[in-house]
Amino acid sequence: MRTSPGYRIFRIVAIAVLIVVMLMPIFWMVLSSLKNNVQIFDVANAFNFDPSLENYRNVLARSDYVDYIWNSFFVAFMSTAISLVIGVPAAYSMSRFVMRRSALVVLMARIIPGVSLLVPWYYIFSNLRLVGGYSVLILSHMFVALPLIVYIMMGFFDGLPIDLEEAAQVDGLTPIGAFLKVTLPLSVPGLATAAILSFIFSWNNFMFALVLSDAGTKTLPVAIFDFIGYASIDWGGLMAASTVVTLPIMLIALFAQRYVVSGLTAGAVKG
Amino acid sequence: MSTATATPRTVPHTTRPQSSVSRWANHNRKWVLAAPAMIFTAAMILFPLGWTLYLSLTNAKGSVRAEKEFIGFDNYASVFADTARFWPAVGRTLFFTGGTLVAQLVLGMVIALLLRKNFRGQGFVRIAVLMPLVATPVAVGMMWRLIFEPNIGIVNYLLVRMGIPAQPWLAGENTALPTTMIIDIWQWTPMVALILLAGLTSIPEEMDEAASIDGASAWQRFWHVTLPILWPSVVVATLLRGIDALKTFDILYATKGRGGGSFNEVETLNVYAYGLSFDYNNYGIASAVLILFFGLILLALFLLVRGNKVK
Repeated sequence: MRTSPGYRIFRIVAIAVLIVVMLMPIFWMVLSSLKNNVQIFDVANAFNFDPSLENYRNVLARSDYVDYIWNSFFVAFMSTAISLVIGVPAAYSMSRFVMRRSALVVLMARIIPGVSLLVPWYYIFSNLRLVGGYSVLILSHMFVALPLIVYIMMGFFDGLPIDLEEAAQVDGLTPIGAFLKVTLPLSVPGLATAAILSFIFSWNNFMFALVLSDAGTKTLPVAIFDFIGYASIDWGGLMAASTVVTLPIMLIALFAQRYVVSGLTAGAVKG
Repeated sequence: MSTATATPRTVPHTTRPQSSVSRWANHNRKWVLAAPAMIFTAAMILFPLGWTLYLSLTNAKGSVRAEKEFIGFDNYASVFADTARFWPAVGRTLFFTGGTLVAQLVLGMVIALLLRKNFRGQGFVRIAVLMPLVATPVAVGMMWRLIFEPNIGIVNYLLVRMGIPAQPWLAGENTALPTTMIIDIWQWTPMVALILLAGLTSIPEEMDEAASIDGASAWQRFWHVTLPILWPSVVVATLLRGIDALKTFDILYATKGRGGGSFNEVETLNVYAYGLSFDYNNYGIASAVLILFFGLILLALFLLVRGNKVK
């Protein structure tokens, strides 16, 4: 279609501004994480300094950060895995049998404010002596992961033709067998999307771990607050810690961009 | 597994004898497959929600285990009479949600239209747009805390260089809430943009061109051709962002800490309810606030879905 040269220039400028606005803050965080606190205070010479990994050394050495990285990873991995195991069959059934009302029950988890569940959870799980352990963190993060997985996979199964399953059943497979042996292998792209998104949202989750973890099971988003004292903030350490949390997720997004985008926009086209 | 074929095998399959468990499971597969996820969700929601509802009618305080009395709707009465914390929190919640939602929809639409047609380097631009969206919200809060720092932040440095007076940003009683909104808009506009972009790719460009040949201006084409077709995507984006904006917590807690700052300047309903529950252990009042908060979310959801059906 015809576009005026004026519009073309406007578009280039606008896209350039967009890139700067999106990336500059992240760049600033990484840049500051390579400075000591004196250099951070010297904004006029922001780009004129000797970069050092000192903050990262402090972060990783000082405060059991390696443990926190493991905690975040383990909780995100386990909650995603279990949610896939129970969420994918549910999404399949809800898609094939058009169980919209049942789907709403699961999606309710997406709507309800987490705080309203946290007091009862805390009470129940502390009675079971689980608070502070991994199991309660995994359960609470499953609460985030499951509706996401069901939502994404329902959309995926809706778009998957039913003929193949029927052919497999003619072929002698039971309906569940057809789901396991025919549908699931065909669903790898959808499963990858759901798994990646679920991992990201669990990794990023803050509020549940804030209440339900203890010093040993703390996840990274909670551990960041170690760098904020009552009197002063260790800005360099804080930026290094923030970079450590965010970097793995940004790398995932970089290499699995297609999956991440299709997961985030799931349901957008169908409405 | 990958050898599963679409065409029926030519060799007739010998019917395996099915166990009765397998037969029962296959016969009831609708519920067998759906049950674990539904039971998990229901167990994690229903009892806790009922418990919260019950607590909201008691004077529970200090420890959940402590003796509590049934006091009817007293908590609700005192919450409704609370003009110091509750009503300002309601106002901030609505202001935050409304403001960020409108900004994100408008900016997201602009970005989606901007990136609609293919261009060289679009892969890089799309990755740039994706980054804020996947970044850990708490880390995002910390990052902007440094950027908006009144004395050492880059924003004030640039403002002063341009001859504009420095602003208190997150540190100011009146500027803190709008500043957190800027952060939220930065992080979540990409989400709206990506959803709308996905919707845009499903619109055939011929429609736009036909309208253009008929002499429609760019604005007319957007308003009468693009927007109506894109409407379902706009609704999805509004629903997803609206619900999450009402429940915003991470950014507010990361930038201002407990209680939304020393003057409660960014205390929304979610932050208020969290503080009542876990800083003051005032479970009765907290539960009443939470029930009202949940009601507000359901009301917003109902109005959005309803309003959309009328169209």
